[in-house]
Amino acid sequence: MSALVALQGIAKGFGAGEARVQALSDITLSVAAGEVVGLRGPSGSGKSTLLNLVACILEPDEGILRLAGETVWQGRWAKADLRALRRRTIGFIFQFHNLLPFLDATDNVALAMTLNDVPLPEARDRARALLDYLQIGRRAGAMPAKLSGGEAQRVAIARALANRPHIILADEPTAALDSERAQVVMDLLRRVAREQAAAVLVVTHDDKIFGRFDRLVSLRDGRIEGEMRPG
Amino acid sequence: MNLALRDIRHNLGRFLLTCLGLGLLLGVALAMVGIYGGVVEEALSLARGLRADLWVVEGGSRGPFAEASRIPGDVREAVARLPGVTAAGSLTFQTVEARHAGGPGSGEIPSEELVRERAGEAGRQRSGAVLRLQVIGYEPDRPGGPPGILEGRGIGRGRLEMVLDRGAGAPLGAMVEMANIRYRVVGISTRAVSTGGDPLAWITLRDSQDLQFRLNPPAARRAQQGGGGALPQDTVNAVIARLSPHADPASVAAEIRRWKHFAALTAAEQEQVLTRSVVDRARKQLGLFTTVLLLVSAVIVALIIYTLTMDKMREIATLKLIGAPDSTIVALVMQQAMLLGAVSFAGGAALLLAVKDHFPRRVVLGPEEIAGFGLLVFVICLFASLLGVRYALRVEPAQALGG
Ligand SMILES: Nc1ncnc2c1ncn2[C@@H]1O[C@H](COP(=O)(O)OP(=O)(O)OP(=O)(O)O)[C@@H](O)[C@H]1O
Ligand SMILES: [Mg+2]
Repeated sequence: MSALVALQGIAKGFGAGEARVQALSDITLSVAAGEVVGLRGPSGSGKSTLLNLVACILEPDEGILRLAGETVWQGRWAKADLRALRRRTIGFIFQFHNLLPFLDATDNVALAMTLNDVPLPEARDRARALLDYLQIGRRAGAMPAKLSGGEAQRVAIARALANRPHIILADEPTAALDSERAQVVMDLLRRVAREQAAAVLVVTHDDKIFGRFDRLVSLRDGRIEGEMRPG
Repeated sequence: MNLALRDIRHNLGRFLLTCLGLGLLLGVALAMVGIYGGVVEEALSLARGLRADLWVVEGGSRGPFAEASRIPGDVREAVARLPGVTAAGSLTFQTVEARHAGGPGSGEIPSEELVRERAGEAGRQRSGAVLRLQVIGYEPDRPGGPPGILEGRGIGRGRLEMVLDRGAGAPLGAMVEMANIRYRVVGISTRAVSTGGDPLAWITLRDSQDLQFRLNPPAARRAQQGGGGALPQDTVNAVIARLSPHADPASVAAEIRRWKHFAALTAAEQEQVLTRSVVDRARKQLGLFTTVLLLVSAVIVALIIYTLTMDKMREIATLKLIGAPDSTIVALVMQQAMLLGAVSFAGGAALLLAVKDHFPRRVVLGPEEIAGFGLLVFVICLFASLLGVRYALRVEPAQALGG
């Protein structure tokens, strides 16, 4: 299977001189289509930094970053419009759902589609179908404040899937959920990876879900410490 | 889907409350514009009410309102004889501290003796509310009389009669005392005020010349001596002329300017003099107030929009992360600023239009002033939102991630 996310010798540091922090060094990692990869490690080990590099919201110092078969960074950004790249190829899931509080569930999902120039009526139809697919269709008209944590997270997943992204990035998606809800979310991510041939990269501390990954990569002090296959 | 509107609808109560506050502020600023309009209109109302096509005044002066002007009364005849002039009237203007001296009395026509008698009476018993009046002396059958009589009649040939402005508040038949002489109010005229906002009072030219002499005898005597061949006491402040529709005011004015010692102003020139000299200070003061209020509004709009944007930091970061272009984010901030301005302005203007007739001085607001002010509010909101826009553009998409 082809790697949709591929990092080669990636390094990233913050600050300069005395205050310099080397957040990541020599990271080589790939995630294939249909694969769900977990990223674990102690606090400060560089998990979020790694995710932000893949999301193209941080610029690497060294190495090569390839997304969906294209070189995105090698010495410099290969594309000018990173936001366009993000909205077409990457779906995001956050620890807190980050839904827009002033839009109902349907429109939160539809918004992501309209950003890709899908006409609003069509976007709403597709959003409702997506919410049905994630078994949250009956809450389609609810405002985020009225949704439970698990419901909101599923709406957020629907938004991440809105543009059928090749890559799904999730930062602590289950941290705010109980273990039952966390399992539901992991089931969903696995199903999406399989059915949509997407590469899924999940940062997590949550040992209850460690068993649900195809691969689990451990980071320590900005380096890959090891990798295991729970399955 | 319009994010700005959806966000406002979600927080409608807060938005409307903000609009209420800003609307009141903008209403006050708009009131300043209207009060200025009122000052201009009041300043012009006297000159306009007299319906003069031409003003003949003392040479070298821009009288009789902006500068002092004294000319001999017999100039009126010379003006009246000019081709194109249909009528001419002598006028005096003086601001007098009068007092309301009792209710309606008997309707007798006062004789010369009565004039003296009434003078004595008034000297003995001083009472009543003080009233500042702009007193206009004119000849009842010539131009210069009150623009309209609401109640009673115009002054006749008799002595010591007065037509008083409705705004003075004295009823028909009341006695008004000036320089120890009592005048009977025989008519109430439609609302018109002097350039200073004082109510107008009309008396006969002869009474007004007496009044001038009583108020300031030495000055009046000097004027008689300096006035060349003028008859004793026959000094006036201006002669106004009405022209036939075919006559050209400018050329008649040019004709008069050729005479020695006289200046002539057309109606348009008189209005220009009035707006420039009399209204100028009011314009500066009200302009200053309006500017300060608009500056305060701008600061408030900027702060409100900045705070609204800061409250949405996480949403903006999320929008950027999921790939929304900057235009979407700038539109969100700016449209909210515009909406805030539009709703506040509409509310403030509606409120002002509803209450403006209850102001002590006139508030004059035409569609032009309102539209111009609206445009100004629009521009202010545009610039005030830039602070919020700058903040929104600086939000990093990474701020959406993590706790
Ligand atoms: N913007 C930044 N500026 C400076 N240093 C940073 C920045 N972001 C991260 N770091 C540093 O880089 C290192 C890795 O941080 P990162 O956030 O990737 O850790 P993490 O594994 O996500 O930790 P946590 O589990 O607490 O979220 C830390 O030492 C952190 O202080
Ligand atoms: Mg982190």
